[in-house]
Amino acid sequence: MSPESEVTSRQPIVTVESLNLHYGAAHALKDISLSVARNQVTAFIGPSGCGKSTLLRCLNRMNDLIDSVAISGSIKLDGQEITGNATDVISLRRRVGMVFQQSNPFPKSIYENIVYGLRIAGVKDKALLDETVEKSLKGAAIWDEVKDRLHESALGLSGGQAQRICIARAIATNPEVILMDEPCSALDPLSTLKIEELIDELKEQYTIVIVTHNMQQAARVSDATAFFYLGELIEMGETKKIFTNPEKKQTEDYITGRFG
Amino acid sequence: MKNYFKRGEPMVLVSGATLAVILFMTLTLMAVILGNSLGYFWVKGLVRLQLTDGSLVMGQLTDTERHALTDAKRQQLKVGNRDLYAQDFRWVDEAEISGRDIPEDAYLLERREHGNFFGFLKELKDINGAPVAADHASLLKLHREVLTQKEDLAPIKSEMSRLNQASERLRLKILKLEYHDAEANSATIARLSEQREQLTVAFDQLLEQLNQRQSVINQASAVFSDANGTTKELALQELVRIYQPNRMSVVAKAGAYLVKIKELLLDDPRESNTEGGLFPAIFGTVMMVLLMSVFSLPFGVIAAIYLREYAKEGKLVQLVRIAVNNLAGVPSIVYGVFGLGFFVYGIGGSLDKLFFPERLPTPVFGTGGILWASLTLALLTVPVVIVATEESLASIPKGIREGSLALGATKFQTLTRVLLPMATPGIMTGLVLSMARAVGEVAPLMMVGVVKLAPTLPFDGQFPFFHMDRKFMHLGFHIFDVGFQSPNVEAAKPMVYVTTLLLLLIVIAASSLAIRFRNQMRRKYTSSHF
Repeated sequence: MSPESEVTSRQPIVTVESLNLHYGAAHALKDISLSVARNQVTAFIGPSGCGKSTLLRCLNRMNDLIDSVAISGSIKLDGQEITGNATDVISLRRRVGMVFQQSNPFPKSIYENIVYGLRIAGVKDKALLDETVEKSLKGAAIWDEVKDRLHESALGLSGGQAQRICIARAIATNPEVILMDEPCSALDPLSTLKIEELIDELKEQYTIVIVTHNMQQAARVSDATAFFYLGELIEMGETKKIFTNPEKKQTEDYITGRFG
Repeated sequence: MKNYFKRGEPMVLVSGATLAVILFMTLTLMAVILGNSLGYFWVKGLVRLQLTDGSLVMGQLTDTERHALTDAKRQQLKVGNRDLYAQDFRWVDEAEISGRDIPEDAYLLERREHGNFFGFLKELKDINGAPVAADHASLLKLHREVLTQKEDLAPIKSEMSRLNQASERLRLKILKLEYHDAEANSATIARLSEQREQLTVAFDQLLEQLNQRQSVINQASAVFSDANGTTKELALQELVRIYQPNRMSVVAKAGAYLVKIKELLLDDPRESNTEGGLFPAIFGTVMMVLLMSVFSLPFGVIAAIYLREYAKEGKLVQLVRIAVNNLAGVPSIVYGVFGLGFFVYGIGGSLDKLFFPERLPTPVFGTGGILWASLTLALLTVPVVIVATEESLASIPKGIREGSLALGATKFQTLTRVLLPMATPGIMTGLVLSMARAVGEVAPLMMVGVVKLAPTLPFDGQFPFFHMDRKFMHLGFHIFDVGFQSPNVEAAKPMVYVTTLLLLLIVIAASSLAIRFRNQMRRKYTSSHF
């Protein structure tokens, strides 16, 4: 179980060390240690209930919302510990954006959706807001589709468009890391393709961690892959290696579809 | 046949029939109320009956029925002239009637006191007490003149009321000074007393002036006789409206109908509430419900926010939630008793002791008033708001909350910027329900501030405009009062239905407004793809 490999030898932005997480009595993450490299796409794969989403949610402290969660171990973002009570969760979440499985645009206009993160941070400068909207929507490859109806409700968009709005919303606060929790599982193949292309472009500027059930997707978009099973990190390495020549039998079984 | 049952067709029929029964009952309710109330303002014609004993009866036909024992048909007439006959209604057996006609020149007079008068014009005297020709045109002309002169007295009356209030304020001021230190303030007290004396003198002068002019106006009078020739002299200023119903065309009657509706909505009640308008009751009801919403909405919403968003789920929260739900089911009279004991005597009494000790034992806040009534009803309806708010907050998808938090929003920002706007339609529904309940409550109000006749409105041009300590009138209580406490039950019956109709209309108006608002919000906040 050596998460160290040539891909992660690039400068890591997130390092997780011996992380244990309990939901009440259930031991959901067992002694996880891994690191996520800067400006790369890291995929978390594994069968349902293996803890990959839970780990993802540790990275921006979304698990705080659940009362029964107990965490031990260490997670560092840029060398800065983020698990303790002393962490400023609000600013952490500004640095680590998140895109969810179900697209969740707010019942506001497209424009207001994008500037939400800035507005709550107290930005009032209209020019800056306008600029951010255009930049983020362009960054999420949806500018051309919505530029004429920025002030219409975001609820009228299709599933794929809504998901890209959510991505635009996440990058509007200019985070360092974007977490994606099965971003395409509710989308049709064409929308999925668009999002995947987008992920490819985004990694130029951002570090992306994506949880996916779709093996092909992980193979297509990610640079590094981590395979989880029953709360344990089984294997992590360069995506090409994991998919072609995994070290562990369990990984091979899962990838070839023998279980999971 | 077997298949018929298998496919579940009978269930469709049963559910359809159930709905039909409910609809039928609702429509019947509306029909009964509308039927009984809308006819009330129509000026009915007068019928004169010749009885076998030689006497005459004149009035409006109101009802026909068979006698329970003899099975003889009999008719009910509204004969009016309460001051002559001591009752408004009379049953006449069909067998006693030997003839009937519809006298063209019969008058229907609406009076300020003693109900309607039905009769014939005999003599007429003008303002100087001199007899003039007793015909319809001069009667109307003289009546108009009297009413105009009466209106001219209004400035005197309002000046008198102003003086009265100023004098009352001085009295209270003197009272306060005397209470705190009569010795030290004796100079001021003397000065104020003198001022008050002057006001009283001015008031008395005006009163005399008013009385003089009143007595002049009072000289204009008319002598009317009833069907049997008994005469009655009536001062014209006592007459509200004069009709000759048998000569009126349908258009004229429709006009009279509208005038009466206007009176109903905008005038004060007369005749121990059985006639005249309902304005104070409408005003009191609406103001009380609005005031209640002002209390119950913020408290309910904020309590629900704590329960749903901040409190840790557990036994205690569960218990609180059950308790809140049960609160909605507590009989309203219980709240009335609580309101009386806690708000009126407890808080009100303490306020009086603290701020108005000089006026004791006369209470200011230590007696029923619109503030206490609104608070009591707010307590009664706050569970409805809490439950509605909680449910609408709970129905917001988890993703929305997480999306907002993941962007670095605090819980509070998420709440105010995303969750509350989205919950507004549900909160509005709760508010509508609570308002509908509050409008209909009578029992608790009777203990905390509703009266059958309030001399002043709880809101007027007098500083500080909102008089929270004042008692008020309420449509629901009005129905009870007119229907059961009135000395003249038969005459009050239509008023009961009219008041009910108005109460319903107010509920419908309030609900429609809120529903419109809710739908607007809903259009804004519902999506196609959640």
